[in-house]
Amino acid sequence: MRFHSFLIKYGEIGIKGKNRYLFEDALVRQIRFALKGVDGDFHVHKAQGRVYVDCEGDYDYEETVEGLKRVFGIVGICPVVRVEDRGFEQLSQDVLDYMKEMYPEGNQTFKVEARRSRKQYPKTSMEINCDLGGVILDAFPEMKVDVHNPQIRLNVEVREEIYLYSEIIPGPGGMPVGTNGNAMLLLSGGIDSPVAGYMISKRGVGLQATYFHAPPYTSERAKEKVVDLAKLVSRYAGPIQLHVVNFTDIQLYIYEKCPHEELTIIMRRYMMKIAEHFAKENGCLGLITGESIGQVASQTMQSLAATNAVCTLPVYRPLIGFDKREIVEIAEKIDTFETSIQPFEDCCTIFVAKHPVTKPNLERIEKSERNLEEKIDELMKTAIETTEVITVKP
Amino acid sequence: MEVYLDNSATTRCYPEVGDLVYKVMCQDYGNPSSMHRKGVDAEHYVKESKDRLAKILKVNQKEIFFTSGGTESDNLALIGSARANKRAGNHLITSSIEHPAILNTMRYLEEEEGFAVTYLPVDANGRVKLEALKEALCPETILVSIMYVNNEMGAVQPIDEAVQIVKKYNPSILFHSDAVQGFGKYHIYPKRQGIDMLTASGHKIHGPKGIGFIYINEKVKIKPIVFGGEQQKNIRSGTENVPGIAGLGLASKMIYQDLDMKVALMRELKSYFLEGLGRIEDSTVHGLTDDSSAPHIISVGIAGIRSEVLLHALEDKGIYVSSGSACSSNHPAVSGVLKGIGAPKQFLDATVRFSMSEFTTKEEIDYTLDTLYNCVPMLRKYTRR
Repeated sequence: MRFHSFLIKYGEIGIKGKNRYLFEDALVRQIRFALKGVDGDFHVHKAQGRVYVDCEGDYDYEETVEGLKRVFGIVGICPVVRVEDRGFEQLSQDVLDYMKEMYPEGNQTFKVEARRSRKQYPKTSMEINCDLGGVILDAFPEMKVDVHNPQIRLNVEVREEIYLYSEIIPGPGGMPVGTNGNAMLLLSGGIDSPVAGYMISKRGVGLQATYFHAPPYTSERAKEKVVDLAKLVSRYAGPIQLHVVNFTDIQLYIYEKCPHEELTIIMRRYMMKIAEHFAKENGCLGLITGESIGQVASQTMQSLAATNAVCTLPVYRPLIGFDKREIVEIAEKIDTFETSIQPFEDCCTIFVAKHPVTKPNLERIEKSERNLEEKIDELMKTAIETTEVITVKP
Repeated sequence: MEVYLDNSATTRCYPEVGDLVYKVMCQDYGNPSSMHRKGVDAEHYVKESKDRLAKILKVNQKEIFFTSGGTESDNLALIGSARANKRAGNHLITSSIEHPAILNTMRYLEEEEGFAVTYLPVDANGRVKLEALKEALCPETILVSIMYVNNEMGAVQPIDEAVQIVKKYNPSILFHSDAVQGFGKYHIYPKRQGIDMLTASGHKIHGPKGIGFIYINEKVKIKPIVFGGEQQKNIRSGTENVPGIAGLGLASKMIYQDLDMKVALMRELKSYFLEGLGRIEDSTVHGLTDDSSAPHIISVGIAGIRSEVLLHALEDKGIYVSSGSACSSNHPAVSGVLKGIGAPKQFLDATVRFSMSEFTTKEEIDYTLDTLYNCVPMLRKYTRR
């Protein structure tokens, strides 16, 4: 079947009162972004409280649908067949052609749902329902009408042209990116952080990211892996500014001056501080991490409290109550899993102690950090100044 | 300064080879199977290359077959000859320190095609134990495959002795050698040495990637493993990779020019390098270091620094080396070869491989040693406690 348009259904946006146009505009913008690389000419527009994607000429149907499925804010994607209005006779024929091709078995229950935005049309919506229903019943003796729970809901919209559609492909839901500010994602290269970024972005938040690189302890490949992950997430979230911080000197300094079992927790506190610096500098309204309670020593309730204590911005942890299995499921869905499990060491694991503290005491940690007073400010400054910023696009 | 000491992973192409490959791609691009002149011209390159290789190995040019590289040659040698000689027996022998192209092919034959495989142990210097070979031979044995030079530590295998043992036991047992690291460093004469099949690759000898060859003695019964247009006497179907073949031929000719002199220079550099390495505390060089070892490979264990860390630290200074073998480096597992030679535990994940070429200079070695003297103590300060 050749479809000429897609009707985009959006759920939550519909109820946004006077802000509604902001959400719709963002949705249109994100759809355009998602279809940029797809073969075909697309015309994305708003009309009577709906968003349409009209496809001019030849286009790649699968790629288009895949692209649309990655636009947050879309609840359903309806492939539409557009026909010219050349009288009811012709419309009946067009509807039969449509039904024959879409439902060759011809034995389902159905219902016709007509709507007219062009009110001059000679028949009312109810009349269209009845008459087209009759035409279908005559042509498909095994089909039955069910107005309450039909298997096929044939929508007939009378505009300049007449739109026919009956299928709804589920979209990702959420809200269009750009409607809820930006946040800074701490991106590590593991399984969790890309998923965390995806989930927050799904609520309409644009992303920036910070990655901590520790050459020579972590390889160039580890960094490339993180860029690849950011790329995958940006297919949903839009372009991502990735800040690559050289963390080696800070890490080694902590290693030298602080108790070894506190290394990871102190390191994470400095990571949060640096990420927050870039967040504030770039107008981000919060930090995002992939932490989940109890997953590792640095993610116990006590450890989370200790890391949290260094930030003034809110820290969003969308995976906080998720099990690994559930996180992996999403990672597989958004296609980051394969990339995440490539075996390159990240900077959190290189010097990890055999028995890191699992219940850090904030006062003790702060006392240990006092050993760093001499040089840490300068090291932080250098790390921030030498940070490389990469703009990642899908 | 850029110092490339990873020549066992791959080498820089000779510029002359690059030019020739380009010319064959863009001007003499015919298909050797075509009837017209373009095809004949292309065929000339294939013939010339075969001729060159045949001369170097002192074999007949019809015993040379081109493949996509070492891995495919190894697959063809093992699978092709095992299948063709199944009726004579089902036992195969190889060493435990072969390249994965051999080990995994053997494993396939074992698990999927019902062959029995013996993996021979090695001594402390990484050389196959000949006693074990003697014990492993049995009436069912049809094929023995032992590499020429080990890729991870440069141990040169006692091929001549092994061939003698095998052929004395039963002359009809086939002997294959993966000479990917040996070809271009040693004069290899398969016929004289009794090697029935020999594998080599282009990109280890300053030739292109994606091209290799296999010598197959004309008496060897072998079946193809890829099927198609029956090129190369139906042993290896598929349009010949003419640019690659031409490049491989020229590279082989060039690397064997003044080979003895080049190898002597490499040995000189190697002993100079070894002397310098000796000054690093708690370090070891795996295997033999005298003239019986490969001239270009040095495998060094430096206790307390993980291979990958040292690799990246050297990379930072423009020095490119490899941790273990580049072919298996994506799996951060401990090297089977080092375990096989019984290397001390502290070196198992703390070993890097330096591999030189004819382009390596003394200045480069000096620079590498100075860099090591600087960064080893620094890196040792920070280890996982």
